[in-house]
Amino acid sequence: MAITDAPKIVTARLGYTDSHTLERYLATGGYEGLRKALTMTPEAVAHEVDTASLLGRGGAGFPAGRKWSMLRKTAITYLVVNGDESEPATFKDHLLIERDPHQILEGVLISAYALQVTQAFIYLRGEFALGLERLQEAVNDAYAHGAVGADIFGSGFSLDVVVHPGAGAYICGEETALLESLEGKRGFPRIKPPFFPAVYGLYNEPTVVNNVETMANIPWIITNGGAAFAALGAGRSAGTRLFALAGHVRNPGTYELEMVKTTFRDLIYAPVLGGGITGGNTLKAFIPGGVSAPWFGPDKVDLPLGQDEVGEAGSMLGSGSVVVMDSSTCMVRAAWRITKFFARESCGQCTPCREGAGWLERIMYRIENGDGREEDLDLLMDLCDNISPGVAWPPQQTTICVLGPSIPSSIASGIRMFRDEFLVHVKDGGCPFD
Amino acid sequence: MSERHLSADLLAQAKSVVALYPEPRSALIPLCHLAQEQDGWLRPEAMSEIAELVGVTPAEVRGTATFYDMLHTEPVGTYVIAVCTNIACLLGGAQELLEHASSSLGVRAGGTTPDGVFTLEESECLADCDRTPCVQVNHRYVGAQTPQSFDQLLDDLRTGSLSDTVPPHGTLVRVRRTVGLTAEKEAVAAERAAMAEAQATRASAAKPPSGTAS
Repeated sequence: MAITDAPKIVTARLGYTDSHTLERYLATGGYEGLRKALTMTPEAVAHEVDTASLLGRGGAGFPAGRKWSMLRKTAITYLVVNGDESEPATFKDHLLIERDPHQILEGVLISAYALQVTQAFIYLRGEFALGLERLQEAVNDAYAHGAVGADIFGSGFSLDVVVHPGAGAYICGEETALLESLEGKRGFPRIKPPFFPAVYGLYNEPTVVNNVETMANIPWIITNGGAAFAALGAGRSAGTRLFALAGHVRNPGTYELEMVKTTFRDLIYAPVLGGGITGGNTLKAFIPGGVSAPWFGPDKVDLPLGQDEVGEAGSMLGSGSVVVMDSSTCMVRAAWRITKFFARESCGQCTPCREGAGWLERIMYRIENGDGREEDLDLLMDLCDNISPGVAWPPQQTTICVLGPSIPSSIASGIRMFRDEFLVHVKDGGCPFD
Repeated sequence: MSERHLSADLLAQAKSVVALYPEPRSALIPLCHLAQEQDGWLRPEAMSEIAELVGVTPAEVRGTATFYDMLHTEPVGTYVIAVCTNIACLLGGAQELLEHASSSLGVRAGGTTPDGVFTLEESECLADCDRTPCVQVNHRYVGAQTPQSFDQLLDDLRTGSLSDTVPPHGTLVRVRRTVGLTAEKEAVAAERAAMAEAQATRASAAKPPSGTAS
């Protein structure tokens, strides 16, 4: 199995045990991208990122360059970085925050320069205690080094960076909920339009919200050029990307891989990557991009790790998390647990999501625990249809944010791919895997 | 408020945090963390003082705080143990671990031991899914746990041998910010003025945005 020899862009420094320190960062080319950017015009920096065709690494996959250019027409006030990594089984940003915080910070500085903002906020999920400490330490050290603050490296450009802790709420990963939370409120997503962050963002002023991994790519892009980044990968999926592999594989972990040129089979089975399924079992199904994504069966394992390729096959690369489930997995239990998560994390603003997730969870629970009825399968699909009409992919939306339409993914996948397994639960009055 | 609840040191911290934001209310959640650092949980007196510091009512502080899992408006143990049971951990045996944890501690998920040392929580994904089942104590990762290692972990916490890595509940970030804002006030003010002008232009050019979900 061929794993490409693409350079490591965001994980290059992780071999060092002191990768999070300013000393190590400076010794490995750190802040050179920022120094270079400061000699360019802000427009030229933005153009370089546009050339790179860097897709946002948060989950929605929106081109970062376009997010910036949308704002170039009007002045933009704030840069907000989304480090509220909470999509179940996604643990890539966590790695970057703890192990290479300066790289994220340098990306923030370069981006802020391109956007000409003077204040940036990095919102980290509250549960990242060590990450919050590491990033705050990096910010303190970078101020002392002259890389953050007034008159950065004598360029005349000034930027303040504030590290902001969240407090435990999945929904705050949704960018408008994140902004509400950053304003000191409950994390209620805002309705779009009109509240697109680029127009009415933080404190109702134009704001760019970018993911942590997106930021981490920026220094390399400026140092090596957008064209070098765009030369990696294929089609719309340029560059490398972090894939967080979890579940029934020998070597779960975070892997930086060239997009499109690598497949799910490589990721799951290559000895230097996932190393294959644990315990000599076989692959039953996998989730290709976070629990909001519809599941794939073994027939999709040769799909390339590309945004469009996975999208056309009926799911999404999403947050870059791949969950492998082997033949010993109860699919009812898996879908139930994911549904329970959504029921717990729904912010409660919209009826289809708030009520729907709760009902779905209770029905799934009774099936898994032997109290299900055959007609429950239709009932589940009907409820899913009420949350997201058609239960198709990409999903229709009846709610303010995309948490709602993400709820049916696991249940619909489970019923469509493993209907018999659901029926066995009903007929036998219990879980056959217990 | 006649009597201060937050210590002088924390109050000074709180004021420096408020100063980092264009609008004081943004400091609400960071201040709740600071109050928990002092008390272990979010006492009503602390919420009142936070309200005063950020310019909202105590009810607004409570209303915000109750939305978030990490902000506790009731007392919790010195060590809050979060066992993740979400999908990756489920596949790694998390339900069995949670049951074991529950019987070892003698409390169900959500409960606190009578001596006030441990609170057990069933948690959603903690983003450390290559080490399952994932457990955090006071939001510090303690690595994948088996039932055996979990009991050892409890012993280590009781004897204080982990106190360097796991501070008491409430202490979230032990690294303080060392500098305030440094960007020139005039530059920021000029930028704000330009923004206000741009917004005014947009408002007069386009129809006003409806702020309500209709």
